[in-house]
Amino acid sequence: MSSTDLRELYQQVILDHNKNPRNFREIADAKRVDGFNPLCGDHYTIFLQMDGDTIKDVAFIGNGCAISKASASVMSATVKGKSKDEADRLFETFHKLVTGDTSGLDAAELGRLAAFSGVSEFPARVKCATLAWHTLRTALEGSKDTVTTE
Amino acid sequence: MSAIESAVMYDVARIREDFPILARKVRGRDLVYLDNAATTQKPQSVIDRIVRYYSEENSNVHRGVHYLSEVATAAYEQSRTTVKRFINARDEKEIVFTRGTTESINLVVQSWGRKNVQAGDEILITAIEHHSNIVPWQLLCEEKHARLVIAPVNDRGEILLDDFKRLLSGRTKIVGVGHASNALGTINPVKQMIALAHANGSLVLVDGAQGVPHMRVDVQDLDCDFYAFSGHKVYGPTGIGVLYGKEKLLEAMPPWQGGGDMILSVSFEKTTYNALPYKFEAGTPNIAGAIGMAAGLDYVAQIGIDNIAAHEQDLLQYATRRLLEIDGLRIIGTAANKAAVISFVLEGVHPHDIGTVLDQDGIAIRTGHHCAQPLMMRFNVPATGRASFAMYNTREEADHLVDSLRHVIEVFR
Repeated sequence: MSSTDLRELYQQVILDHNKNPRNFREIADAKRVDGFNPLCGDHYTIFLQMDGDTIKDVAFIGNGCAISKASASVMSATVKGKSKDEADRLFETFHKLVTGDTSGLDAAELGRLAAFSGVSEFPARVKCATLAWHTLRTALEGSKDTVTTE
Repeated sequence: MSAIESAVMYDVARIREDFPILARKVRGRDLVYLDNAATTQKPQSVIDRIVRYYSEENSNVHRGVHYLSEVATAAYEQSRTTVKRFINARDEKEIVFTRGTTESINLVVQSWGRKNVQAGDEILITAIEHHSNIVPWQLLCEEKHARLVIAPVNDRGEILLDDFKRLLSGRTKIVGVGHASNALGTINPVKQMIALAHANGSLVLVDGAQGVPHMRVDVQDLDCDFYAFSGHKVYGPTGIGVLYGKEKLLEAMPPWQGGGDMILSVSFEKTTYNALPYKFEAGTPNIAGAIGMAAGLDYVAQIGIDNIAAHEQDLLQYATRRLLEIDGLRIIGTAANKAAVISFVLEGVHPHDIGTVLDQDGIAIRTGHHCAQPLMMRFNVPATGRASFAMYNTREEADHLVDSLRHVIEVFR
C-alpha cells in the first residue's frame, strides 16, 4: 500500500522532470525573482521574459527537492507562450489540485500538471509544489524580487 | 561492570513496553521513531503522573491554605528538588522552571545580559549553535551595540579549542555553547571551555537541550554559570524546562517577567521581589509540566543515565557503520565524541524526498536545517536528513532505516 501511495506522489513525470528539468538555465535580460522555502532550503530563481502580454520565455535555476524542481520544470514548459491571465488561471488550478480541492478541475486543462495530484495526500509537500508558481506570479506582477513560502 | 554485562542488563524490549506510543502503527507499518532530538516519547509513568496530578492533586501552588494547594505545592517543589539532584546543583534556589531551553536562554539574555553587557562588549558563541543559542544573543548585541563572535569548528564539526581560547578577549562577557549539537551530534568539550572562559573572566551559559538526555550532567563539576534544558527532550512533557544558575548570579539579576508569585509585596509606590528561585517564576507555573518532567527524570535515573548513554553509543556506532554501506551517503558531523545523532546527505536525493519515502515506511526522521542554518552553511549543505536515537531505539530500527534508504535510492536514482 505504501508503495502505491509513493507512486502517487512521485509519478514518472515528476521523477523525469526532477532528473532532467526543462528550461533549467538562466535568461540574460529577463526579470528575475528568487523564491525560498526557508523550512527546507528549497531555493529557485525564476527568469521571465515577456512579449507584451505573452510569456515569451521562462526558465529557472536553483536547488531543492524533487517535487519543487519537477514543479518548476513542468510549470516552465506549461506557461511558455501563454498570456499573463492564462498563467494566473493555471496557478489557481494548480493550487486547487495540490490542496485537494477538486471542484471544477478540468483534466484537459491540467495536462502534465495532473502528475502533481498526489501532492494533496502529502500536505507537508504542498509548499514544495507551489514554490515555483508563487515565484512566477511575483515575477508576473513585477512588484518584488524575492518570495518565500512563509 | 563489563560491556557485555551492562548490555545484558539493559533490556531495551522491556523499556519499549514502557512507552505506549511505540506500539502504534504509522501508515500501516511499525513506528520507527528516530526523531528524538526534536522530541522524545513518554513512558507510561510520566503520562500516569500527569493524569494523577489532574485527577487527584490539582490546585494552584504557593498561595492556598487548603489541602489540595498544599499537595500541589509539595509536588511542584519536590519536582524542583528532583531536578536539582539530577544535575547536582547545590540548592533549589538555583533551579528556575521555565517553558524550555529557549525561554531559559532568553531569560539570561534579558535579565543578566541587559544589565551586564555594554557597547563594545563581546559575546562568544560557536559556529554550530541552535538558533535558540544564537538569536537571543543577536538581539542583545543589536540592543547594546555589542559584538557577536563565533568560535569555529573543523570539518568534522569539532570546536577548535586553540581558536576558542584566542577568541576570548578582554571584552568577552559571556560564552554561549551547546553541550551537544542537535544537528551534528558533536559533544563539545564544555568543561575545558568553561575553565578557559573563567580564566578569562567570562561567564558561560550551556545550552543543555541535547546534554541532559544523553549523558550525566553535573553542573558543579562543569562549573558552568548557567545551564538550560527542556523537559520534552528528556522523556517529559512539552512546555517545561529549567534554567540552572549559580545562586550569586541569579541573586544579582533583575527580575525578568513581572507578576504574581515573583513578588514579596506590591503597592503602587513600591514593589519588592521574592527570593530565589521564585523571583524568576511569575504567574502560575506549568505545575503539571514540572511534575511530569520530574517523573521523566526519575524514570531515567531508574534505568541509569550511564546505561542509557552506553546503549545510545552502541546504536550510534552500529547505525553509522551500516549507513556508510550505502553508496552515495555522506555523514555530516564526524566528531570523535558524539551523541547519538546522525545527520546525512544522500547524493542525488533531497532530504525532503528522503523523509517522505522513509515516512511511508513508518520511519520518522527530521529533514531540513534543524534550526541551525549557519551550521548548514558552514558545511555547505542546504539541508540534511537526521536520525537521532534515544533509550528505546534498537539495532533493528537502524536496519530498517538502512533498508528504507535503499528504497529511496530505487525510487530516485
